[in-house]
Amino acid sequence: MTAAADSVTVKGAGRKRTTSSTAHRRQQGVIAWLFALPFVLVFGVFMLVPLVSSFLMSFTDFTSRDVANPGNASFVGVDQYTELFGDEQFRRSMVNTAYFVVIGIPLTMIVALALAVALDRGIDRFRTVFRVGFYTPVVTSIVAVAVVWRFMLQPNGLLNTVLGWVGVTDPDWLNSTTWSLPALILMAVWRNMGTLMIIFLAGLQSIPGDVKEAASIDGANAWKSFTNITLPLLRPTLLLGAVLLSVGYLQFFEESFVMTKGGPLDATLSVSYFTYNQFGFGEYGYASAASYVLFVAIALVSLVQFRALRSKD
Amino acid sequence: MTIAEPTSLAIGPAPLAGGGKRVRRGGSRSRSLTYVVLVLAVLVTLMPFIWMLLGSFKTQGEILRDPSGFLPADPTMSNYSTWFRDLNIGRFFANSLIVAVFTVLGNLLFCSMVGYALAKLDFPGKRFLFLLVMLTLMVPGVVTFVPLFVMVSKLGLVNTYPALFLPFLASPLGVFLMRQFISGIPDSLIEAARIDGAGEIRIFARVVMPLCGPPLATLSILTFLGSWNNFLWPLVAAQSEDKYTLPVALSLFSTGQNATDYGLLLAGSVLVITPIVALFVAMQRFFIQSIAATGIK
Repeated sequence: MTAAADSVTVKGAGRKRTTSSTAHRRQQGVIAWLFALPFVLVFGVFMLVPLVSSFLMSFTDFTSRDVANPGNASFVGVDQYTELFGDEQFRRSMVNTAYFVVIGIPLTMIVALALAVALDRGIDRFRTVFRVGFYTPVVTSIVAVAVVWRFMLQPNGLLNTVLGWVGVTDPDWLNSTTWSLPALILMAVWRNMGTLMIIFLAGLQSIPGDVKEAASIDGANAWKSFTNITLPLLRPTLLLGAVLLSVGYLQFFEESFVMTKGGPLDATLSVSYFTYNQFGFGEYGYASAASYVLFVAIALVSLVQFRALRSKD
Repeated sequence: MTIAEPTSLAIGPAPLAGGGKRVRRGGSRSRSLTYVVLVLAVLVTLMPFIWMLLGSFKTQGEILRDPSGFLPADPTMSNYSTWFRDLNIGRFFANSLIVAVFTVLGNLLFCSMVGYALAKLDFPGKRFLFLLVMLTLMVPGVVTFVPLFVMVSKLGLVNTYPALFLPFLASPLGVFLMRQFISGIPDSLIEAARIDGAGEIRIFARVVMPLCGPPLATLSILTFLGSWNNFLWPLVAAQSEDKYTLPVALSLFSTGQNATDYGLLLAGSVLVITPIVALFVAMQRFFIQSIAATGIK
């Protein structure tokens, strides 16, 4: 093992290599792969193999009955995919996921940005206390949190009591096809705003103070200096936040799993949930096809956003 | 692909402490107004937890009588004693801890080893390996879920501890984190050790690892948090009560015959989140640096 060190020739930036360094490099290659081996094994077995087999499965009619004899499944081409797009329930799950993403992302970003700006500029003490407070929902288990949210969202629960004070007549949040998804979006905003707040806060604090000072000397008011100076400078951070949120929100699953089980009447069924259900029914090929549709959607959305992130840097 | 984009986020302590000079704007009146708004906002944010804690001391009767009542009229510990006496919460807690500890240790070792190779050693396939790892950051959980379950059941691992932690031992994010940090360690340090006759293992263990405190702390926090709160996989992979983790146990109790026993479930929720919230409050600086460093939770 230590033989590698016997060769004094060292790889270095731009340094010419001697002939003995060829042997050295080969040896270093072996050692490097040995370092990578434990990771590569676990990663290969538990990530790459499932990734590829899921892809292959999506072109077959593989079901739970074929697990013992995978040979029994037959190749069906893109049939699973065609069937998916004709499936009323799958289309519903795509609409729900899109709704969740399109409403949830801007909402989370606005709340997180408002908190970050208030913490960055509005106050000078207790910043840590507030940060901890707003971030706590992020570290807590969704299962535990779901219990109390279900309790609060009951028809005669805390939320409706508060809404009653301002004259709103109480919706039965989780049992309403109209209000269950908004209720889950509310919960997702609550759970995710802390992460974005921290990222935005780091972005805000990297904007030099004198830039803002110059603007205020030039007579810009707080709002103008925010929209004309802070926001444009924060653009890369905002886009990063959008990318992270969309990768997460497109996979939206846990909220409805613990709160509504996808109901009522599929009103909160997401694409991930649809996939999970098909897995439960033993329709492994069909489930794989649905999961790959989601994967492609996530990849495309991230690609578009990364492009946008790049373009004006 | 521009996977490497997040590189622009500096790994390492972000200037979050507010130590820097900042421009003061607005009078003391707008400042007090901001405080009032923030205090209200933080109360609203924490309301579910306050509610959870208060509810856990209420009897089922009180909860049904007045679901939006605030303070428990007649505080009781019976919900907690049920968890400890009848529901075996110690077992679930131990399971959660065992799984989390193995996951963290595995990630620390594997990710730093491959991170060192990717950052400081030359080998064929290096760029490809890194690209592959980064690409999988975008793979949604449901894609690998089905084949993973099939594989685990074929290996006969269902309902064992390894099934609960093995799939999480090597996280792409951990590799990214370690590689970025180790890349920042000066080559001269490593070359000096090589000239002194140290082998790669020795260099890794004695030169590189001692410098890796910050990313290892970040990685420990992220993997511990992920493992502690992980829910869907253990729900499928743990099939008997002696292997349940805390979230699985709570989830099964809250959908089973106890589904409407809110007092009991709220007490369970308090027990599930207390350890992680305590850890978070105690180590909040590191937590928040982790988020700022990686941009994820």
